[in-house]
Amino acid sequence: MTLPQFQNRVIKTVPEWLVYVVGFAPAAWLIYSAFTGGLGFDPARALEKELGGWALKILLVGLAVTPLWHLTGINLAKYRRAIGLVGFGYVAIHLATYVGLDKQFDMGVIIEDIWKRPYITIGMAAFVFLLPLAITSNAASIKRLGAATWKKMHRLVYVIVPMGALHYVMLTKTWQLEPILYLATALLLLVLRHKMFDFRTRPQRRTAPVGATPAA
Amino acid sequence: MPAFRFPVPPSSEITPKNVFLNRRTFMAAAGGAALLPAFPAFAEGNPDAKKLTATPSTFSTTDEKTPYDAVTAYNNFYEFGTGKEDPAANASSLKTDPWTIKVDGLVNNSGEIGLEALLAMPLEERIYRLRCVEAWSMVVPWVGFSLSELIKKYDVQGSAKYVAFETLVRPEEMPGQAGNALEWPYVEGLRMDEAMNPLAMVAVGLYGEVMPNQNGAPVRIIVPWKYGFKSIKSVVRMSFVEQQPPTTWNIQAPSEYGFYSNVNPEVDHPRWSQAQERRVGTGLFAERIPTLPFNGYGEQVASLYSGMDLKANF
Repeated sequence: MTLPQFQNRVIKTVPEWLVYVVGFAPAAWLIYSAFTGGLGFDPARALEKELGGWALKILLVGLAVTPLWHLTGINLAKYRRAIGLVGFGYVAIHLATYVGLDKQFDMGVIIEDIWKRPYITIGMAAFVFLLPLAITSNAASIKRLGAATWKKMHRLVYVIVPMGALHYVMLTKTWQLEPILYLATALLLLVLRHKMFDFRTRPQRRTAPVGATPAA
Repeated sequence: MPAFRFPVPPSSEITPKNVFLNRRTFMAAAGGAALLPAFPAFAEGNPDAKKLTATPSTFSTTDEKTPYDAVTAYNNFYEFGTGKEDPAANASSLKTDPWTIKVDGLVNNSGEIGLEALLAMPLEERIYRLRCVEAWSMVVPWVGFSLSELIKKYDVQGSAKYVAFETLVRPEEMPGQAGNALEWPYVEGLRMDEAMNPLAMVAVGLYGEVMPNQNGAPVRIIVPWKYGFKSIKSVVRMSFVEQQPPTTWNIQAPSEYGFYSNVNPEVDHPRWSQAQERRVGTGLFAERIPTLPFNGYGEQVASLYSGMDLKANF
């Protein structure tokens, strides 16, 4: 069995919904830990930070789908919508933690934060850009917008993920490895989308396999 | 300070409110006793640590103390890593015996002072608020004495305007020093009049025991009206100097951390507001506390800065 045959079989057997179950498991564990003392002595801050970190990780996995296909021929496009929506879910809970637990719904303080602090401005902008992508992540929207428009619109994610990583880089007091790694990975994944890194030699080059959602 | 002070019971008799509140939230959430050991014990402290005898101090706040477990688990001490849990995880490698502080600079009787001599000073327990520049705070029962008592042992020359402090550099025991998150050694400084203010403290312990490694063992400076990074840890050198000495976080980001770094709710950090603080150890839904000018010690220290523009001299 060749690798593409093997991965086609895997894609047929592993359902998309499993991505949601596995993807949201860390969030469920984090929220449980926050309530039961497992996140240490500053749990609101820890929850906020961990959720943000997971949001970035998952969105990076989503960005890796196309380069992985180009480099290895393994095509996980079937799961990309689920990966993207799980990533959005983490961003949304991360934001809710900031608004509800960190700032305790003090809208004056939150608006001041967005206005005065570039890393929050960028983080909030990333959320605002991500919102329409999440809302249109369904077949009906693709149909209504037309595949070409939909695809163009969803390319926004190429900007959103680096913004999210930059939000983290700017937040730390010193240059720390972890946030810089997120940003570097995001940029690397964007570079790897270039066709010079497309090593697929099969005739169906540039066409999506059966069951794939349109590429974002 | 208020004219009347409530009597302060010894640390051992207080069950911090947040501890039982946390328990309640937790019990409601977990609905069982299976996870009870995850919660801090009521007898606070490390049974293996050497105990210190200290008299209560009138400088102590009546604010509820942050539980021992939180004070010793949630730390910024970049010499052991940049994460809050890193110091507690990595600091056991630090050797604090023997320990001396080198005293030099503009002083006629320069020399060294050993830890034994510091522990032999009359020790007080001072419950101080600690406000981190990252907008969290704690209430810690430090054990020690006024920094002025140490400085008075030395014949400091009139030309000395500042006192500079330095933290140990020993990368083999301080894994964070292998990286370059900050420039090592960590350095800090105070104006002489700030250092001589009786609130400024040499701390050799907390919660009635010798200083845990992760909190800056064996001896550190506590300046309760300034952001926490001014309270330098694991001190090995004290120099009297004429010029304002370089300070680590000011070198790191001069626009974010000034030499003075007095707690000031009116001067935001460029990346966050300093108007409120989160009290560590008070749980997931704990209310934010308004931050006070000079961390609530204005009565004792505001006069040090009269006539100074505290927005320019942040």
